[in-house]
Amino acid sequence: MSKQYETVIGLEVHVELATKTKIFCGCSTAFGAGPNTQTCPVCTGMPGSLPVLNKQVLEYAIAVGLATNCDITRYAKFDRKNYFYPDNPQNYQISQLYLPICQNGGVEIETEEGGIKTVGIHEIHMEEDAGKLIHDEWEDCSLVDYNRSGVPLIEIVSEPDMRSAQEVIAYLEKLRLIIQYLGASDCKLQEGSMRADVNLSVRELGAEAFGVRTEMKNLNSFRAISRAIAGEADRQIDLIESGEKVVQETRRWDDASGESYAMRSKEDAQDYRYFPDPDLVPISVSEEMLAEIREKQPEFRDDKMKRYKAEFDIPDYDIDIITQSKHMADIFEAAVALGAEPKKVSNWLMGETLRLMKEREVDAQDLRFSPAHLATLIRLVDTKAINSSVAKEVFEVMFEENVDPEQYVEEKGLKTVNDEGALKKAVEEVIAANPQSVADYRGGKEKAIGFLVGQTMKAMKGKADPGAINRMLKELL
Amino acid sequence: MRITDMTAVLLAEAIREGKTTAVEATEAMLERIADKDKELNCYVTVDKEGALKQAKQVQEKIEKGELTGSLAGVPVAIKDNLCTEGLLTTCASRILHNFVPAYTAEAVVNLQKAGAVILGKTNMDEFAMGSTTETSAYGVTRNPHNIEHVPGGSSGGSAAAVAAGECFYALGSDTGGSIRQPASYCGAVGMKPTYGTVSRYGLIAYGSSLDQIGPLTKDVRDCATVLEVIASHDDKDSTSLVRQDTDFTKALVEDVRGMRIGIPNDYLGEGLDEEVKTAILQAARVLEEQGAVVERFDLSLVEYAIPAYYTIAAAEASSNLERFDGIKYGYRAEEYTGLHHMYKKSRSEGFGEEVKRRIMLGSFVLSSGYYDAYYLKALRVKALIKKAFDEAFAKYDMILGPVAPTTAPRLGESLADPIKMYLGDIYTIAVNLAGLPGISVPCGQDSKGLPIGMQLIGDCFQEKKLLQAAYTYEQISSRVSDL
Repeated sequence: MSKQYETVIGLEVHVELATKTKIFCGCSTAFGAGPNTQTCPVCTGMPGSLPVLNKQVLEYAIAVGLATNCDITRYAKFDRKNYFYPDNPQNYQISQLYLPICQNGGVEIETEEGGIKTVGIHEIHMEEDAGKLIHDEWEDCSLVDYNRSGVPLIEIVSEPDMRSAQEVIAYLEKLRLIIQYLGASDCKLQEGSMRADVNLSVRELGAEAFGVRTEMKNLNSFRAISRAIAGEADRQIDLIESGEKVVQETRRWDDASGESYAMRSKEDAQDYRYFPDPDLVPISVSEEMLAEIREKQPEFRDDKMKRYKAEFDIPDYDIDIITQSKHMADIFEAAVALGAEPKKVSNWLMGETLRLMKEREVDAQDLRFSPAHLATLIRLVDTKAINSSVAKEVFEVMFEENVDPEQYVEEKGLKTVNDEGALKKAVEEVIAANPQSVADYRGGKEKAIGFLVGQTMKAMKGKADPGAINRMLKELL
Repeated sequence: MRITDMTAVLLAEAIREGKTTAVEATEAMLERIADKDKELNCYVTVDKEGALKQAKQVQEKIEKGELTGSLAGVPVAIKDNLCTEGLLTTCASRILHNFVPAYTAEAVVNLQKAGAVILGKTNMDEFAMGSTTETSAYGVTRNPHNIEHVPGGSSGGSAAAVAAGECFYALGSDTGGSIRQPASYCGAVGMKPTYGTVSRYGLIAYGSSLDQIGPLTKDVRDCATVLEVIASHDDKDSTSLVRQDTDFTKALVEDVRGMRIGIPNDYLGEGLDEEVKTAILQAARVLEEQGAVVERFDLSLVEYAIPAYYTIAAAEASSNLERFDGIKYGYRAEEYTGLHHMYKKSRSEGFGEEVKRRIMLGSFVLSSGYYDAYYLKALRVKALIKKAFDEAFAKYDMILGPVAPTTAPRLGESLADPIKMYLGDIYTIAVNLAGLPGISVPCGQDSKGLPIGMQLIGDCFQEKKLLQAAYTYEQISSRVSDL
């Protein structure tokens, strides 16, 4: 490759909002119910039914807009996007084209070189999700489940401001954190509650005009996004280098093969015949409503990190990890507020929590143990009511079932035995049974005492304070 | 007097007084329908069993004192574009030939709560697109005054059923005159209320921003009574209004003294039948004699209403009718290869000519590159028309004019020339574009014995003024004809 190229990327990010009910009717949005059990005349597009906007959707959309520095459109409208497909019961999708709720925003991201750059947000609009088609190959027919029909989405459309996969991931992470902090969505790529379509073009480094872009769909993980960006940039550069032209088209990424396939070209693009939906009245956003939403905005991650640095004596690394999830940060802050030492809370989060999250594939936002229980566990260790290996055992149960550690320790008889007589008896027995180790220790092998402590712990079924055993062994030897 | 000739209010009174029962009235009406409807074809569906069952239940409630309203026990006919749970609702289209809704339209629910007995579903122009009830997939409805003539449309089945005594009153819908014009052709009273007064939930949409449900009745008292019952704020309809002034029967007062009535010169010009014109001006004189101040004025913009209307209504219809695709309910072509072929074939076979024409027109005006030139321009015209009406209502309490340029045309005359048919909506359409209330009141007959209707148009929320003037006119003219 003789020439140097630059990759230009813009994203369309769909986020499923965490409302209890759908965008235009009262049906539940809960995931996993039997097919078509969460439907009504509105979300199945029955004749004569009419949409009514769920106010929570508007509030979430505005909250995301404010958090991403957008202008909030004070007189917004819904438009109909007309296209025929069986997952779309009305054969039009209610979306926003002409007057989307948020416009002209942007978020700051860190670049690869460690600098800061702003990725512009062209607009955020509200829309309804479609149902799900299930192709039954056995019966050779297609079935449709409208449970997802009418689930609220926002689409966040960026400017073509990103230049690398790293910037794309940083931007997505930023959005994810903002939206999760707002509680507006859980933003899980794998589960589809956050979906990113990548618009990508390449141009010679220094060129002003944009190249012809393609849109890449079906990207279900950060890894897939990175790979698709690299693959598509290479594909386009190869085309240009070999004198061919990039065709404006929508492509589908196949992560298994690591390749993309053309889905439809611009020539096949449908005319969606957008027009304002006459069934929905225009939205006017009042000053009071804006003020109310502003008032409710949480402390976002950047501010939280700054505050933690000032308030708590814990490593920057810990702060970075803890604040990556509002839920984890909430656990941290609440446990500390209950009197637990920040560093100890942080250690539990950095150590056992992360280990179990990885082992059991649990997301930080899905952590179940309560901060009060964590604070109790820390107190039990501090007061030597349990030793640290028992604490880890208890924590595992808390992690799964959020049990009260105090009660659990009591019920299971896991309390450290502080009975001097019993301990002494056990130590004496261990000394008697392990003459070699005793001899080693006496002969100057300090390490041999570790083996004897272990044997005593075993005899005590783990419910002893290792420090106390150590002291007693040294006395008796 | 035959029971079937009674007005709704008088029948309810007779039922309350124990002189007759809801069951008797329903039986009489079903008999009347059996007798007359083969000829007139007012109904797509007559729900004989259901009606009798409802009548029994309603009668029991009346006797227990649970139902005391002024329409309790009175059988009604419902236009076939209003959803009725468990009862076939076709929009007079082949594409909905087997559609049985799972819920009932809010306006109909309001009637049921008031003790209405639903007789069946009335014929109409397919999806309310037409002015003659000839575009129905279930045959034409004939005008009871002369069966060689159309009843008007699109609520032609409802209007003809009221005029023929095949129901005590009916519901219709009005997108560009679809209640007022057939009322005028059939000699019934028909009212389109202010947009947002009656919930559209359950009304199968034609032009969503223009559609309103309203009553077709034998007289003005029934009209006010029915409107009072069906008007309601409905959380299920975002365009539904909260109104405190829906006690429409309070307006049934014989008094027009000091009312300022404007007659637009634009409504008396070229194209208006001389006999219709004479009848309208005569009606205006009657009101003037009762103390109203009647003046001529220029409304302006009238000629732009038709193109603006057909652009907006067709655009909305093209989208509203997309859901009829043969997938979930309704007609599906028997043979097809693949999804898109199924769509095309089902819709080509399921929709009639006029519906297809308007879907094509609507799709065109919304298509990229034409949207601004047609759809947006039509919206601007709509806003200007509203402004012209605002100026008129600064001077007048109401506007008086004809409902339609002629009396009911002969069957088969209109569809051959759709543009001419569209032009027939000239006096009714602007009212929908501006969201205003309008009422059609009988004001005589032409030399062929076909009814003529007078239209009164009010500013938004001024139904009561219209009802009061219409009531006054009706009282005076009935006394004159009694002489």
